[in-house]
Amino acid sequence: MTLLTILFDGVAYGMLLFVLACGLAVTLGLMNFVNLAHGAFAMAGGYVCAVLVNRSGLPFFAALPIAFLVSAAVGALLERTLYRHLYSRSHLDQVLFTIGLVFMSVTAVDYFMGSSQIFIHLPDYLQGQIDIFGLGVGRYRLMIIVICGLLTVALQLTLAKTRFGSRLRAAVDDPRAASGLGINVPQVFALTFAFGCGLAGLGGALGAEILGLDPYFPLKFMIYFLIVVTVGGSSSITGPFLASLLLGIGDVAGKYYVPKLGAFVIYTMMIVILIWRPNGLFGRSAAR
Amino acid sequence: MTANSTTHPEIGLLAMQRARWRWPELLFWLVALSAVFLFPNRYLILTEIAWLALFALSLDLILGYAGIVSLGHAAFFGFGGYAAGLLALHGIVTEPVLALLVAGLAAMALGFVTSFLVMRGSDLTRLMVTLGIALLLRELANRFSNITGGSDGLQGIEMQPILGLYSFDIFGKVGFIYCLAVLFVLFLLARRIVNSPFGLSLRAIRNNPLRASAIGIPVNRRLIAIYTIAAFYAGVAGALSTQTTALASLDGFAFDRSADLMLVLIIGGTGYLYGGLIGAFIFKLLQELFSTLTPQYWQFWIGLVLVVIVLIGRERMQRWALYVPRLIMRKFGGAKTPALLPEGDAP
Repeated sequence: MTLLTILFDGVAYGMLLFVLACGLAVTLGLMNFVNLAHGAFAMAGGYVCAVLVNRSGLPFFAALPIAFLVSAAVGALLERTLYRHLYSRSHLDQVLFTIGLVFMSVTAVDYFMGSSQIFIHLPDYLQGQIDIFGLGVGRYRLMIIVICGLLTVALQLTLAKTRFGSRLRAAVDDPRAASGLGINVPQVFALTFAFGCGLAGLGGALGAEILGLDPYFPLKFMIYFLIVVTVGGSSSITGPFLASLLLGIGDVAGKYYVPKLGAFVIYTMMIVILIWRPNGLFGRSAAR
Repeated sequence: MTANSTTHPEIGLLAMQRARWRWPELLFWLVALSAVFLFPNRYLILTEIAWLALFALSLDLILGYAGIVSLGHAAFFGFGGYAAGLLALHGIVTEPVLALLVAGLAAMALGFVTSFLVMRGSDLTRLMVTLGIALLLRELANRFSNITGGSDGLQGIEMQPILGLYSFDIFGKVGFIYCLAVLFVLFLLARRIVNSPFGLSLRAIRNNPLRASAIGIPVNRRLIAIYTIAAFYAGVAGALSTQTTALASLDGFAFDRSADLMLVLIIGGTGYLYGGLIGAFIFKLLQELFSTLTPQYWQFWIGLVLVVIVLIGRERMQRWALYVPRLIMRKFGGAKTPALLPEGDAP
């Protein structure tokens, strides 16, 4: 395993983390809502994909958009019924509420799907490695880099260039002024939240192969998503993206060079960065 | 506790008034003690309630009184638990009470060191850093398995008789009385702390840190002090759990433990000392009930309780819960605000 392979795997892992966490980057980073249950939406996407591919025999690439849609629909439903009551509450209330949701989702999935880890049957053409300039590159990881890279670019463009993006930024910066300008703030928030959940679901479907899929997924990866957002800071989507890459490469390298320490490296990185810069690496100095 | 009591006599007086014992409190402890005779077959769960109550008391000191949110309070619980286990296994300190003290002090040292990390940044940063510290310790305990036993934990811990007199019995009676006694002593200390001028200054900080520092309260020093004290409490709770179950495991550091503890405190109510104790009792009762109904899936119901509590709103729930006691107090009691109930913050 050369340095380049570690770098490649790290980038694939990081990009996957970004797709998984970018919905949280919007709710936590921009809307200032602590959604610890974000991983539950990712898990939902993963299980939807697994059921469709393994039991119904749907092609992998057809199952991915469905995973996105189902997670987004669940997200939209929960946002309209429950989450929206909590936007104005304290962080503590939001934390308690979403922890409750995590516990419920973990046991519900355990009840319906069993507690053992499941795998999604990948098509043959996604397995194995291909040779690029003498470097063995996993096909699946290459696909992840391509898909996640495209998603990242699309997301950045949506936020920066489209009408919806400017509406969202306005709604986040000053909900009152935004609604005064005729922007339907609750609708913008609901759409954004649902979209973020959808992306998480897609990430869960894509990541099942690499991260593993079991009912404890939301608890296991909660900390990773939170690190991405808090370390990345809340000013833009670029911060969380760079944080994801840093985290991905750091995690893969740590597991390769010092396997004895395991996730220790990641937690230490997070604590050091947060002490050094409490608002995140790329955060505004005055967080809202 | 501090120089404030001499500079502001009125504060000292206020603290003294708050510190007076009222009859519902005595009743509470009598009921707790009577459990020894009333439920002889339930010592194990009673013991769990006792150390869980102590653990919740610890979180209440920082969350309810000082307003520090923590998602990683299990760090100190686990640390104290492992400390007590290692002390007993290696025969360094074999007397339970002394071991309890040493384990508590170890957790306290950890609390002092980490308090500097927690003081940085906003609530959100605090949540993250506390969570990170607990996970980091869990990872360390998992990796250094030659010391901690890894995922198997520390097993086969044998405790000497308490104070050389009372040995732990298989029914857990001695264990329960031991835990209850420790809880009571530390409760008295906590009561003393929160009713001192120091405790009053903590409430000022919780209500408005900026204003508190403007009237000359050294905010960070106070927060570090209470965080360190709370770490001692959590460490003792962990040590108690290790001593009474003869086991210390990675679960001690788990996120679930911190989350459950939050629930305990939210059920009982924050910002008054009995909140954690009552919460621990109700939580264990609920857990027992749910785990007999649906053995594998009790966490679902616990989660549902959390969601419902937050949606209803903690203040509203507290008002409902206190409605009947308030009515009774108004009819029979002389005191307008019984000490068992939380003192409402000035509107």
